[in-house]
Formats: sequence, C-alpha cells, structure tokens
Amino acid sequence: MTNRVPIPPRSRSNRRSTLTTTGFVATSATVFAGIGLVWWAVTAAALVKPLFLPSPGAVLSRLYELAVSGQLAADMGISIYRILAGFLISTAVALPIGVLIGRYQIWEAAIEPLVDFIRYMPVVAFLPLTIVWTGVSDGQKLLIVFIGTFFQQVLLIMDNVKSVPRDFINLGRTLEMPEHRILTHIVVPSALPAIWDSMRISLGWAWTWLVVAELVAATSGLGYRITTAQRFFATDTIFGYLIVLGLLGLATDQLMKFLGKRFFAYGQVH
Amino acid sequence: MAAPKLRVAGLGKTFAGRGQPVEALRGVDLDIGHNEFVALVGTSGCGKSTLLSIAAGLDEQTAGRIEIDGQPIQGPGRDRGVVFQSYTLLPWLTALGNVEFALKAAGKSSAGAREIALEHLKLVGLTNFADAYPQQLSGGMKQRVAIARALSYRPQVLLMDEPFGALDALTRHHMQELLTRIWERDRTTVLFITHDVEEAVYLADRVAVMSNRPGRIKEIIPIDLPRPRRYDMLGTLRFQEQQKQVLDCIRAESIEAAGLAEALA
Repeated sequence: MTNRVPIPPRSRSNRRSTLTTTGFVATSATVFAGIGLVWWAVTAAALVKPLFLPSPGAVLSRLYELAVSGQLAADMGISIYRILAGFLISTAVALPIGVLIGRYQIWEAAIEPLVDFIRYMPVVAFLPLTIVWTGVSDGQKLLIVFIGTFFQQVLLIMDNVKSVPRDFINLGRTLEMPEHRILTHIVVPSALPAIWDSMRISLGWAWTWLVVAELVAATSGLGYRITTAQRFFATDTIFGYLIVLGLLGLATDQLMKFLGKRFFAYGQVH
Repeated sequence: MAAPKLRVAGLGKTFAGRGQPVEALRGVDLDIGHNEFVALVGTSGCGKSTLLSIAAGLDEQTAGRIEIDGQPIQGPGRDRGVVFQSYTLLPWLTALGNVEFALKAAGKSSAGAREIALEHLKLVGLTNFADAYPQQLSGGMKQRVAIARALSYRPQVLLMDEPFGALDALTRHHMQELLTRIWERDRTTVLFITHDVEEAVYLADRVAVMSNRPGRIKEIIPIDLPRPRRYDMLGTLRFQEQQKQVLDCIRAESIEAAGLAEALA
C-alpha cells in the first residue's frame, strides 16, 4: 500500500506557453513594481498636485505612522471581525438552502425565483433601510455583508450541487442508501470543492459591501477612516487604506486558494 | 431451462419528454439463467443502456415485466451490483475507501468492511493501490476498483453498462481477461452491455443482439466456446465463426443506425 503514484500537475496544455511558479510570481511582482515606479515618477516630476495624488513615499510614511499609533491595527481588526462574522453567518445559512434547492426541485421552485428577485435589488439601496432597522451598529454592517453575499451564495451553491454527476447519486441509490445519506455522503462531499471556490469568490464581494457600509455610516473600521480622511483632505491616508484593502483582499484570496488545495488535494477527475 | 434468475418479458419504455415521445424499448424478452453471463450488443442509441437502467431499478418501464427470481424489480437494490461506464469512483475516497463505502452502505462494520474491501482489491490486482485516490489511477485501474466495489457486497446479479467502453484497446483486452478469470472462478449472473462484438463473444455464454430503436431482442446467439476462455482463443476458427455470426446479425442494424444504408447498398 505504499506504491503511490504522484498526482500529476494540472495540465496547462491549452495555454500558449508554460511558466514556472517562480516565473509567474516574478512577472506579477514586476507589474506591481512597474506601476509603483510610474506612480513615483509622476509625483516626483510634480505632474499632479499631492492633494490629488500623493507620492508613494508620503503614503508609506503615513501608513507607518498609522501602524505605529495602533490606529491601523484597530481599524483592520474591527473590519476583519465584521467581515468574518457577516460572511460566516451568510455562509452558514446559504449552505443548507443552496444544497436543498440544488437537489430538490420543489425547494428550487419555492426559493430560487425569490432569491433571484432579491439578488437584483442593488445592495446599496438597502443601506437606508438597514440603518432604520439596526442603527449604525455592528449589526448593520453584518446585515449589509449578509444581504450582499447571501443571495449570490445560495445560487452559486445551488449550481455547484446541480453539477454533481448523476451517476454518483445513482451509485448511492443502487447501494440502497437513504436519501439523507446520499445528501450527506455523496452530494455534499462531491460538491464541496466547487462550493469552496464559490465561497472564495463571494468573500471578495463581501469586502466590497463591508467597506460600502462603513463609508456610509460607521464610527470605526477601514471604510470609516477613509471617509474621515476625505473630510481632512488626507489623500495619503485614503491611498494607504486603499492599498491595505487591496492587500487584505489579495491575502484572503490566496489563503482560500491555499486551503482549498490542501483540503481537496485528492484532485477533481471523476 | 430452469426458472431464470433475471426475466425480462414484453418490456417497453417510452420517454415522454418534450415534443414527440421517444420509444426506446418495445417488447423486449430476455431470460438470464442462474450464474449465466449474457452480453447484450446493439448500436449506440438502441436502448440497451435503458434496459440496464431499468434492471438496476434506476428507471421504470412503461410496459411489460422485469423480475428477479420471479419477483418484480421495484427500485434499486443491493441484490444487483452496477458497474457504470463512467467509473463513478468518489474522488475524495481512496481505492480502498471506495470499496468500503459500498460495504458500509450494506451495513458492514468498519473492520469487516476493511477486510472484505482488501480482499476484493486483491482480486482485481490493486492491493498496492489501496491508498491511491482515483485521480492517481488509470482508467483501467479505476474500472477495476469499480468492479471490486460492485462484487464486494455479493449481489446476485451483476449489471455492467459498457464498463470497458472508455478504455484503450489494449487495456480493454486485459480487462476482459481479468473479468473472465474472476467470473469463471466465482460465477454469478451477469448482464453485460457492450457494442464491441469481439468482447461480447469472448466473455459471454450467450450474446443477445438488440435491434435499433425501439430496441427489442433481435436474436440470441449461444456462444459455443470452451471454458476457461483464454486470450489465444481469439485466433481460433471457432471464435471467428461465432464472431461473424453476431456481426452478420448486427450489421444491418449498424448500417441503418449510421445512415449508411444508401451508400453501402
């Protein structure tokens, strides 16, 4: 039982050329560095007023100040808490509903059109209502993150469940497995890698909705700090926080990808 | 013949669908004896897989009867083991895990399931790959795991739906040899669907040829070849004659199905 075959790397034969991981990272890093260089050159040549576009140096030193004073960590902490809570609540509710409507037509008929209807209502239009309901508390932020991600998640999970191979379910039936066991032992594990990917994508949206909520009505968080910075024309702070938001998004996405690869290392060929 | 293990009588299946209903099967009669190996050959789309699906209880007939030991088939059951063309190994379980999965569904304890699963992996020569995941296995290996899984819980009837259809020619031949060897040792009742005439003749006690849609049994040809069957038998005159006999029977159907009747007239 030791005669293991290594898992072959995913084929990239449909691409025009292949790139090593190092080559990939180096190319991405070069693009980042290039943009930074252009930014630096534009500000160094004083082509744009610092009020509109502060220099990279000014932004970095501002970020450093905020980091040292503990402001940055506090803002990040509260925002990360909100997004995690909102996202986890949304996922916890979306998962069973998505699985049910993906597997049973009666549930799909009951829920899918409704979700589709609500999904097309712009999330920002819910902002005034959520403030009326819950004030400017943390609950309001969670509610906005929830509204922004839940309805999308339900539909994504439904699709993930629908693409479980029919023969997998037939296998369970020929083994006389009860329906609920087919659901828990075949449908869910089979759809899980795709569901994980849906979670990763919807987490990206959750960031957007959180910051929107914090920009409009908050007394803390990354979005709130951007709004206050604007009042003081502190564009360096705005740029700094935008970069932080971008890095946080990139980091969570990479983390989700990494975890996904670890969890579902067995591969995806049926 | 004694009472058949599997009896198909006047079986019909019409799919309602959108627009015109499609009649897949009409008046199918087929008896399979205890521990008999019957291969069902037919052109693609003739309804042979539909017949197997009904026998597996995954689909329902719209006419006629299908029985095991005189009892009508009502839904799927562990008295029948099914091997699908698409392997259907669960990718998150190892080879061993996939066989154990079936045994646990059949109510075996963890320890019991492990022992029986290992035994069956040995039977298909995959002891060394017990811990490999499906993605790490070749097509032939995957289908061997699927066969081990279907045999592990001792079904009375084995239903195989073009199990070697997706394999390359060489691997397919090895799989046929392996299946023959296993079957000749522990006989069981088998309905084997294929469109490969040579495969059908090599494996089966009798070959049933199916007509084009709506499918019915056109002819049943007993295969008069000695057992144990060995691969070098393929070159014998007797094998060639039997193969020719089946080919002659299916040729008209196949030409019609391919829309070549005019060109080959």
